[in-house]
Amino acid sequence: MIATTFFFYLFSLFAIASAVLVITMKNPVHSVLFLILCFFNAAGLFVLTGAEFLAMILVVVYVGAVAVLFLFVVMMLDVDFTELRSGMLNYLPVGGVIGMILLAELVLLFSTWAAPAGDVAASVEAAQNTRALGLVLYTKYVFFFQTAGLILLVAMIGAIVLTLRHRTGIKRQDVNTQVARGPATAMEIKKVESGQGI
Amino acid sequence: MIGLTHYLTVAAILFTIGIFGIFLNRKNVIVIMMSIELILLSVNINLVAFSFYLHDLTGQVFALLILTVAAGEAAIGLAILVTYFRNRGTIAVEDINMMKG
Repeated sequence: MIATTFFFYLFSLFAIASAVLVITMKNPVHSVLFLILCFFNAAGLFVLTGAEFLAMILVVVYVGAVAVLFLFVVMMLDVDFTELRSGMLNYLPVGGVIGMILLAELVLLFSTWAAPAGDVAASVEAAQNTRALGLVLYTKYVFFFQTAGLILLVAMIGAIVLTLRHRTGIKRQDVNTQVARGPATAMEIKKVESGQGI
Repeated sequence: MIGLTHYLTVAAILFTIGIFGIFLNRKNVIVIMMSIELILLSVNINLVAFSFYLHDLTGQVFALLILTVAAGEAAIGLAILVTYFRNRGTIAVEDINMMKG
């Protein structure tokens, strides 16, 4: 029990610290790397609550796909990021006030709402988490599952359509015209008169 | 003893950091999108904590759906960003007013 408490505070401390660093770092590459650290710590929190499958999915999907996509785009775009940070201090008061109001509201909500006493960070049925999730996901929530797949399909098609471009003026291999070529279109027979050339 | 309130507090702090990041980096679309990812992550922590506390797997199913939507959102957003950069040569948020919205 001591270990769970220790790991909870460790993971949440690292998650919050790296989240703060994500939004304050000068270099966006460092921001993305701290985002990855934040996701890893959130995955640790998920493991503590017994949601191991979601923790692994978080690591695979977020760290393996989304964060690497961010890293790829940050490195591909040739942007002067120091210019983008120029007015940062002007936005600090407004953002700080709104953030503090939001945090105060949420904390007030938690402090007045009486959470029924119970221990979250101890799991008995955690060993069966993936199986239990699959049993629910493929039966009761099968339409949600298929909708999620449809959303991913639409996102994939949309991303491809948005970024694909046909450049003019470059030579491409056209297999159709190559295959459709026959002797009639490929060759031309000329009568060469002797001593004159073509 | 770690209770439900601890998880909710961590999620609330992460959510606030995400909102704060949107205000702090108003010119940088990439950091704004990372802040949105932080907000979605905090919602996921809330859902998973409630799911374990109530012994109901529905929360984890919906956390999975949010994960899907977040991945799709990141892919579409970055694709729009790449197209925009290709056309305009910058990603400053203030210049995105072509549609006069």
